[in-house]
Amino acid sequence: MSKYTEDDLREELETKEYEYGFYTDIESETFAKGLNEDVVRAISKKKNEPEWMTEWRLKAFEVWSKMEEPEWANVTYKKPEFQEIAYYSAPKQKPKLNSIDEVDPDLLATFEKLGISLEEQKRLANVAVDIVVDSVSVATTFKKTLGEKGIIFMPISEAIQEHPELVRKHLGTVVPPSDNFYAALNSAVFSDGSFCYIPKGVKCPMELSTYFRINEGGTGQFERTLVVADEGSFVSYLEGCTAPSRDENQLHAAVVELIAMDDAEIKYSTVQNWFPGNSEGKGGVYNFVTKRGLCETNAKISWTQVETGSAITWKYPSCILKGNNSVGEFYSIAVTNNFQQADTGTKMIHLGKNTKSTIISKGISAGKSQNSYRGLVQISSRAENARNFSQCDSLLMGNKCGAHTFPYIEVKNKSAQVEHEATTSKIGEDQLFYCNQRGIDTEKAIALIVNGFSKEVLNKLPMEFAVEAQKLLEISLEGSVG
Amino acid sequence: MDLKEKIVSSYVAFEDGVNINSDIHEIRTEAFQNFEKLGFPSKKLEAWKYTSLNSILKEDYSIFPDKEKSITLAEVKKYFIHDIDTYKIVFIDGKYSSFLSETTHDNIDVCLMSSALSKKKYKLVIENYFNKIAKQDNLTSLNTAFSKEGAYIHIPKNTEVEKPIQIINFTTGEESATMLQPRNLIVADKNAHVQIIERHQSLTSNAALTNVVTEIFADRHSTVDLYKIQNDNIAASLVDNTFVEQQSNSVVSVHTFSFGGNITRNNLNFFQKGEHIDSILKGITIIEGKQHVDHHTLVHHIEPNCESHQDYKGIYDERSTGVFNGKVIVEKEAQKTNAYQKNNNILMNNKSTINAKPQLEIFADDVKCSHGCTIGQLDEQALFYMQQRGIPKKEAKALLMYAFANTVLESVKVPEVKERIMKLIATKLKVNIGFNI
Repeated sequence: MSKYTEDDLREELETKEYEYGFYTDIESETFAKGLNEDVVRAISKKKNEPEWMTEWRLKAFEVWSKMEEPEWANVTYKKPEFQEIAYYSAPKQKPKLNSIDEVDPDLLATFEKLGISLEEQKRLANVAVDIVVDSVSVATTFKKTLGEKGIIFMPISEAIQEHPELVRKHLGTVVPPSDNFYAALNSAVFSDGSFCYIPKGVKCPMELSTYFRINEGGTGQFERTLVVADEGSFVSYLEGCTAPSRDENQLHAAVVELIAMDDAEIKYSTVQNWFPGNSEGKGGVYNFVTKRGLCETNAKISWTQVETGSAITWKYPSCILKGNNSVGEFYSIAVTNNFQQADTGTKMIHLGKNTKSTIISKGISAGKSQNSYRGLVQISSRAENARNFSQCDSLLMGNKCGAHTFPYIEVKNKSAQVEHEATTSKIGEDQLFYCNQRGIDTEKAIALIVNGFSKEVLNKLPMEFAVEAQKLLEISLEGSVG
Repeated sequence: MDLKEKIVSSYVAFEDGVNINSDIHEIRTEAFQNFEKLGFPSKKLEAWKYTSLNSILKEDYSIFPDKEKSITLAEVKKYFIHDIDTYKIVFIDGKYSSFLSETTHDNIDVCLMSSALSKKKYKLVIENYFNKIAKQDNLTSLNTAFSKEGAYIHIPKNTEVEKPIQIINFTTGEESATMLQPRNLIVADKNAHVQIIERHQSLTSNAALTNVVTEIFADRHSTVDLYKIQNDNIAASLVDNTFVEQQSNSVVSVHTFSFGGNITRNNLNFFQKGEHIDSILKGITIIEGKQHVDHHTLVHHIEPNCESHQDYKGIYDERSTGVFNGKVIVEKEAQKTNAYQKNNNILMNNKSTINAKPQLEIFADDVKCSHGCTIGQLDEQALFYMQQRGIPKKEAKALLMYAFANTVLESVKVPEVKERIMKLIATKLKVNIGFNI
């Protein structure tokens, strides 16, 4: 699958600490630290938003200020000081960019280091990239091709200006601002994100992709993504993340909302590689994300995620299976090393008849990390013939790390069939011996076995991502042998 | 006055009846303060997310039933496993009934907690074991605060108890609502072997709430089998807190058969303090109406080379609710642990609910741990097959349910207990099958 050879890997392992830990010096316009009603208003004003949007944000802020930070997750960390964060940071730029030449060369260099050269993307890959650097979308490519099909793919701030009726209709319907602490915070202060609308019956011809980066020191990233797939449409959406090295913990509280109308299908893939902190557990990103999708009749939402980064991950991509015959899927690999902590999983809420859901979760813990699966399968009393299959496998490397499983199963219908299995194991001595015998050294053997362990999930990723994800897995487990 | 206030204010009265200058009373007082601080558990607590006690806490319980009622053996014979010879420790409204009991001090001690707590002879055992593993949570603290009476069983080393021991608590219903807090202690010394049957039975339809704590200590190479038969009437609720500490090479199994009662909560905790330990936790739950059964288990693997086996089956009809919350913790020293957890459920009705939460917390890498949880129906094809061969639907269904529950039944080592459970299942399923499994 990959041209990436083992020698490349070794070289990489030797040379790099955190590959993407660089800092681009772009003159940023950053608000003073702290959060109050005025800051929310100012963000809204900055974005030139209509009145309803400002009101929406203010309402969310009001809700947020009454909420308390949740503590139920199986993670320990120093809580972020919410008044010490700057809530808006945008690269100072010319207001409008029509072609790539107008993009700041420094920024372009940044992308180059990230390996997503725009030119190359444009020429080779069949991917439209909506690049977000510190919350403001800088360039949107392939807009034209998509435009011909009637597909709207643009930064959400622009969508609020250009398609207010669509945004207003759907924003906050799946994840209401009052949903949880971080969703409320995001609703109040989100700076930008992506908006995607696929019209009736349209199959999106290419993978839509957004690359996020946190750039400016001390700023939080509050992304808002809204994907609406109208009746009978299909879209595959990719999201990838990298962040520069920082000593202080950075907060990332994103909200992703997916709406799959009748007969529509959304495939949402994530490769998350935020800075995990160094080997002493210093620094790293706090990733507190709310992701949820709503399925109408016959619709399907499929979440695939590869989580290798972040000091703390707190993320539960969920599906509300509202319509009859709708399908929800969740495929996840979560790798934790050193002092990382991950509490991740999914929620499958079965409301409609004949709804199906599949959960495959693979957790790999190494070093001194803690990896938790937390999931909910809920079958309501009206969900006749609902079917769920869950499988959570954990792989432990060493006895300083931990793997935890917290599945919640709530069934109120007798025709439901729910299965849950979980196993925990380590890499078998015999497997390693077999590889060693054949001249594969232990480090590579582990990479091989881990890849096999994760294959069920890796297979669900689009090709380009699968290659990147495989690479990430290997790098993340660097030095965990023994 | 709510129940908590009532309990708190009655503590002074309780103190009148016990020796307040003993070490035990210090433990009680500390537990009392703890309960005073914590109060009753609410649904806000993660451990009580699916079970609300509110409906049963409203009753005006009499905390020290003072009306005494004697009951004849004929009235209650059916609640005993009466077809074999057994030791019996029987309490009526929390008070020891010497007439119905059969205790012993012949080598083994099968007697009363009240005498164990007060007599010098038992001082060492009480000092070593009493309240050593019971958690400091709300209801256990409440029980500890009022601990006074219950069963005391001590089996010295290299002894095999020749017949099972029955512990039965009757509630007569003389008071309109009764609250009981039995406290049991079971100590099996090295290479001791014992089988115990425990039952709580209310004799009228007046409300009853039992908050029982049982501590079990199994020393090296010992075996303890505990069978809990829960088939109380619908006005009776039970919170059962059982704590088991095992040393190397011991085998402890706890079977819980929950067929009756209003709200039944079983907190079952195992702590493995040695190597090569086997812990067995099994249960069958068959309920209907508005009954609620909650199994809350914990197995704490602390040392290497141990095993635990959990197998819980549930059949839920009408508006009943079942909860299974199983937790396995494997500490980083506990390498080579094998921990298995299985929970299978059948819902018979769309108004019935099952909430399952099988958890694993694992810190060691060389372990085999698995849990499986299923919720489904009886196999339509198997039903059809039997009906084709002339077995009526009701019986065919019952047969399948027997088969479903059989993995739990087959490890019951006392044949008479097994037979009794089979009969209870037949009554619950409203069938009469003339066969033996």
